[in-house]
Amino acid sequence: MTAIEIVNLTHTFNVGSPFERTALKDINFAIDKGEFVGIIGHTGSGKSTLIQMFNSLIIPTKGKVLINGVDINGEGVNKKEIRQNVGLVFQYPEHQLFELTIFKDVAYGPINLGLSEQEVEDRVVKSLRAVGLAEDLWQAAPFQLSGGQKRRVAIAGVIAMNPGILVLDEPTAGLDPKGRDELFQQLKSMHKELGITVVLISHSMEDVAKYVEKLIVLHKGSLKYMGTPREIFKNVEELESIGLAPPQIKYIVKALRENGFMIDEDILTVDEAANRIMGFLKAREV
Amino acid sequence: MLRDITIGQYYPVKSCIHSLDPRTKIILVFMYIVAIFLIDTFVGYGVIVGVLAVVIKLSKVPLKFILKGLKSIVFILAFTMALNMFLVNGETVIFRFWIFTLSVEGIILAVKMGIRLILLIVGSSLLTLTTSPIRLTDGIESLLNPLKVIKVPAHEIAMMMSIALRFIPILLEETDKIMKAQTARGADFETGSIVKRAKAMVPILIPLFVSAFMRAEDLAMAMEARCYRGGEGRTKLNNLKFHQADFIALALGVIFIGLCVYT
Repeated sequence: MTAIEIVNLTHTFNVGSPFERTALKDINFAIDKGEFVGIIGHTGSGKSTLIQMFNSLIIPTKGKVLINGVDINGEGVNKKEIRQNVGLVFQYPEHQLFELTIFKDVAYGPINLGLSEQEVEDRVVKSLRAVGLAEDLWQAAPFQLSGGQKRRVAIAGVIAMNPGILVLDEPTAGLDPKGRDELFQQLKSMHKELGITVVLISHSMEDVAKYVEKLIVLHKGSLKYMGTPREIFKNVEELESIGLAPPQIKYIVKALRENGFMIDEDILTVDEAANRIMGFLKAREV
Repeated sequence: MLRDITIGQYYPVKSCIHSLDPRTKIILVFMYIVAIFLIDTFVGYGVIVGVLAVVIKLSKVPLKFILKGLKSIVFILAFTMALNMFLVNGETVIFRFWIFTLSVEGIILAVKMGIRLILLIVGSSLLTLTTSPIRLTDGIESLLNPLKVIKVPAHEIAMMMSIALRFIPILLEETDKIMKAQTARGADFETGSIVKRAKAMVPILIPLFVSAFMRAEDLAMAMEARCYRGGEGRTKLNNLKFHQADFIALALGVIFIGLCVYT
């Protein structure tokens, strides 16, 4: 079953003014329920515009966006319901925190949904646990936290809406490597445990190679590739030509192959490469 | 959502109005504003509208774009006109109710006030539409320079203005982003009573203030790191220079506005 389906989507900003700019050109793709999808592309390729269409914050100039089979910009569609179902985490979401305490801030969404006090509390507790924020911080003010912690609170605020689809715009931007890994691990386990569809934009090729099941590559507003990271990162030269650098390990594998190490070309992660190299060395010794 | 606000926006095309010296334009707009409030006849307004139309034509800024800026003052316009209409005590009274009096004189005054406000906005927005913020503040600084004698901090005023102008689009973008983020969390800004809607603004205003202060602090730090120390001994990359066109424009402006006020 498809969660998100994009049909012939084109979007132009500021139609009819000197600032007119086409952000997306004739995009078509479908994301199945329960998938973990990454969107990559150079700055200005239209990634952020595209994901804001998933919950009708931007309405495309042409084409359709279907969520669970429903055209969300059609007539008589309850936008509030769509926005509850498609949780959107913006870039640097920690800038949107405003309440006196972490707990209250996460409760903002569920209260807007008109839930009972008990339900609100349950959801807040559940989402703060899901993002792994220590319990003694729950009554602290948002501005007492570190950047990474604030980021988690903001993500919890969206998870508390109980979305079936979670969309994140560069969730790990500006975090240190440890924070990045932790956040990806948590997203991955949430994806598994809650069974939600996750779509995220990332600039870290290493991370998408490691965690994502399916990749969408945008270039200047057009869909360039779509497939598994393994398939997509095979096109090293093509990716470089559109301003993307495949994971570093691909370069090492390539250099090794050119020097007579016959290991597989579709290696994606460092661990994988280590295993294959060891295997190759052992086979050579024999 | 907020992209309709055009006050203070620059419209980048090439025209003879764009290439005028910013000081010429500031002086002309200043005279124009004084003139609007001195002129008291409909004939005078007619002439001003005619001149304005020619200038708009010359500036190559689409009329539609300029009029869009009026949208944001519709409320103020209606409010001022209503106040003038009902609170002015004229002689030919049409009807009286409590403290409100509707008279012919009041209506005429209200219409004049409306015309003045519209002319004011259109004329002054033409200045910002045809002058890039940097040139605009350069012009203001240069015009304020003589006042340095009486200790007016001309450079500092100009710097503050250019920073303020630069921050308008940034803050608008930021507001747009925060609004979207809170909308994604189920916020509703469009329905409900005034109190409810005002309360719905809190989740936007607090993050906006926080980020504005953080930005200001970062900017101050960055300026200090590059040894900014005010206007003393500071030179300019592009010095302003009056050209022949400026003198012609100034002369034409003085003649036209003089005639309008005189008649």
